[in-house]
Amino acid sequence: MSQTFILDGKTISFADGQTIMQAATQAGVFIPHLCYHPDFKPHGSCKLCTVKVNGRQTASCTMRAIAGMVVESDTPEINAERLALTQMLFVEGNHFCPSCEQSGNCQLQATAYHLGMMSPHFDHFFPNRAVDASHPDVLLDFNRCILCSLCVRASRDVDGKNVFALSGRGIKTHLIVNAKSGQLADTNFTLDDKAAHVCPVGVILKKRRGFAVPIGERTYDKQPISATAKAVAEER
Amino acid sequence: MALNDMHAEGVAGIVDRVVAHYRRDSNNMLQILREVQEACDWIPPEAIDRLQAVLGVPRTKIEGVAGFYSFLYTQPRGKYRILFSDNVTDNMQGNRALMERLCSSLWVEPGKVSEDGLLSIDKTSCTGMCDQGPAMLVNNRAITRLTAARIDEIAELVRNKVPLGEWPADFFQVEDNIRKADIMLDSRLQPGDALRAAHARVPSDGLMSSNMRSWREGLPSGIGGPAAMLDEIKRANLRGRGGAGFITGLKWEACRNAPLKAGQQRFVVCNADEGEPGTFKDRVLLTSYADLVFEGMTAAAYAIGARRGFLYLRGEYRYLLEPLMAVLERRRKEKILGTDILGIPGADFDIEIHLGAGAYICGEESALIESLEGKRGTPRNRPPFPVTNGYLDQPTIVNNVETFAAAALIALNGGEWYASVGTRHSAGTKILSVSGDCERPGLYEYPFGVSIRQVLADCGAQDVQAVQVSGPSGICLSPAEFERTIGFEDIPTAGAFTIFNNSRDMFEVARNYVHFFQHESCGFCTPCRVGTSLLKNLMDKLHNGCGSPYDFAEIEKLNQLLQSMSHCGLGHTACNPVLDTIAKFRPAYERRLAQKDFVPAFDLDQALAAARQMTGRDDPGAHIIKEEFGEDA
Ligand SMILES: Cc1cc2nc3c(=O)[nH]c(=O)nc-3n(C[C@H](O)[C@H](O)[C@H](O)COP(=O)(O)O)c2cc1C
Ligand code: SF4
Ligand code: SF4
Ligand code: FES
Repeated sequence: MSQTFILDGKTISFADGQTIMQAATQAGVFIPHLCYHPDFKPHGSCKLCTVKVNGRQTASCTMRAIAGMVVESDTPEINAERLALTQMLFVEGNHFCPSCEQSGNCQLQATAYHLGMMSPHFDHFFPNRAVDASHPDVLLDFNRCILCSLCVRASRDVDGKNVFALSGRGIKTHLIVNAKSGQLADTNFTLDDKAAHVCPVGVILKKRRGFAVPIGERTYDKQPISATAKAVAEER
Repeated sequence: MALNDMHAEGVAGIVDRVVAHYRRDSNNMLQILREVQEACDWIPPEAIDRLQAVLGVPRTKIEGVAGFYSFLYTQPRGKYRILFSDNVTDNMQGNRALMERLCSSLWVEPGKVSEDGLLSIDKTSCTGMCDQGPAMLVNNRAITRLTAARIDEIAELVRNKVPLGEWPADFFQVEDNIRKADIMLDSRLQPGDALRAAHARVPSDGLMSSNMRSWREGLPSGIGGPAAMLDEIKRANLRGRGGAGFITGLKWEACRNAPLKAGQQRFVVCNADEGEPGTFKDRVLLTSYADLVFEGMTAAAYAIGARRGFLYLRGEYRYLLEPLMAVLERRRKEKILGTDILGIPGADFDIEIHLGAGAYICGEESALIESLEGKRGTPRNRPPFPVTNGYLDQPTIVNNVETFAAAALIALNGGEWYASVGTRHSAGTKILSVSGDCERPGLYEYPFGVSIRQVLADCGAQDVQAVQVSGPSGICLSPAEFERTIGFEDIPTAGAFTIFNNSRDMFEVARNYVHFFQHESCGFCTPCRVGTSLLKNLMDKLHNGCGSPYDFAEIEKLNQLLQSMSHCGLGHTACNPVLDTIAKFRPAYERRLAQKDFVPAFDLDQALAAARQMTGRDDPGAHIIKEEFGEDA
């Protein structure tokens, strides 16, 4: 691993084929992200991870590192744009954090804190999205879906089941499940699926588990989301 | 047998026939769904059951694709599915009143299906008939030059359930309207001549296409034609006509030099999605110059070493499918398409036509390739680019219809000849699709370098307030800029040239364009999916008289975000029409500012509209008048 690039003034080493995101995380540098997950092929859709490479903006989760490139990430300008994207995701869906089981473990919420979000800023869309409670073990609350497609990739690429997919277009894009009835109960989805454990927000929830860990003691209550990259670096 | 089972069996029979026609290849999913719908009027759940079984693909994949395209229906939409083209030119020609007339005559609400399930009426993005609008599509057949009388006739035909095939033929007549022809529209190519010329040409001394390694696989060694063809394209200094203006020679060479893995091949794709509102020149080229286009594709295949090609034709031009297939068939008979072209052993190339289904984003080349592969048309992450990883991950060139037509002319007459037309940096001619406020809308072909003023004079435009060049994603020009010229040095264009006289409200023009982008955003990336909706809401807020200077700042902020964060060109340009018109036609906006300070978008009276509709009331007591609350309305 002899090649390097510069990220916010820091020298970062990378191996051939690694993306900026992978190399940065390995070096303990946090770049905000929502649709990226180290176990899956990057999607490049949420755009939270956007950085400036040699003056041009690009998603760091899909962009391969190139020796000598100069990358800006933690700048007021880029963070302001990331904040606006986060606010967009909040107004696009229905996110009532105080009543959400995922509160404190939610990456969207934690990212909002990280970026200093004080209000949703934009007018709420208040979309009408039905909840799917048909499955015996799992609840789907689509109100919170940010269309990151992690469940789609997990079910397709790891579970080999294709339980989830995106349908619709534009602002009407939405998640569907693999059943004629459109109900999760009529799919072969189980709690053991990888897809049951990748949702960064509170859509795919285990039933009959409420407040097992009290608010205040959850993942991002204890440490900010930016600490996740450091943890990765220390593990190595 | 129960009626339901009979229905399911009938649907299964249709699905089986269509799937067999497409060789059971799920890469053809979009074409399969489209043809199933042509037979069933929609895509019923039983069809998806059957597709799942015979193609062995998950239901989620089928429904994901069906849900993406505006022209595919997983809910019944009636025997007659009527869509009014809703480009700004259709608006100017009075499409709204005509749509209302048809709706009230047939007792159906816009966007809904009639109670008897016979028909539905809705709007759709520009159908490419701007020079002969207002226009509509009935079950994807184009009807032009709508008038109140024609609308009444249509209502009568629908009421009497007359099959579409028996409607008067002149309803479906589409004119070429060629007003000014130059080297392309004046060309009278004998099919095959350009290919013969390309084949006869030997590489010249100062060979530009240095790389000889990838000489066409399958061709006898020693043929210099492919390299010579590429040289001519480079000499011609040809640049793409689809909007971005990429240098065609470089694209072809990169594809030709891209390494092939075992079992891979190269592909030629012609982009006939022509979705930019106000553009219709590709329609005319495919109507009356199809040989030129196919010959250009074949010459390209010869140059890069491809055996398969696709024409991706927008769904709005469905009526061109049969005539185009006939041209392909004739070319096969004439040995200028298919196997052993011109009698050269191993010179094989054939073209398939794929139809789109109402998605502007599929004009973006990587989304187009996804769509060709039977998927949702979302743009890919790039790099890698299509020249190395295109159709089925194999080297692919994607070019516009007009680019291929120009390539055929270059194959015939040589690059130097072509480069001598136009300007130094913009070789050749450009076809403009002229529409809007002028006496003679239609096609105008000019050598590059023509001024806006010249075009306006030629088409008989008077009292001009503004010209939108290259559609909503292009640029809006005010009279002070009419000396500027068409060309890559100044104003590049994909061809749309839409004229607005002084009676037009430029704010409403921009609002129409913003609605277009919102409707056509593919929804893949956050900034464009949510941002175009926010922008639309802001423009509607201004339209409703609730705007304030604060909203300008918001628009500016959204523009920044869309430009820097969006995944593709649609998002990058979605704010252009608003920014241009704010800068150049500010009074049109200022008239709409109710206050100097912030005004909420929320309108109490409007919020009661649903209640009014439910109770059937519209009396004064069912309204809240702003004055009552001491506001200055
Ligand atoms: C949103 C969007 C829509 C596009 N639509 C079209 C189109 O309808 N036709 C077209 O030829 N190019 C279209 N393009 C450009 C294509 O991506 C591509 O650049 C072009 O087909 C390349 O051909 P050319 O080099 O011959 O111009 C579009 C691009 C974007 C970003
Ligand atoms: S359900 Fe969760 S994982 Fe799946 S797309 Fe929505 S937010 Fe992403
Ligand atoms: S910019 Fe718009 S059209 Fe392009 S990928 Fe993003 S959502 Fe889709
Ligand atoms: S994390 Fe890179 S685009 Fe979502």
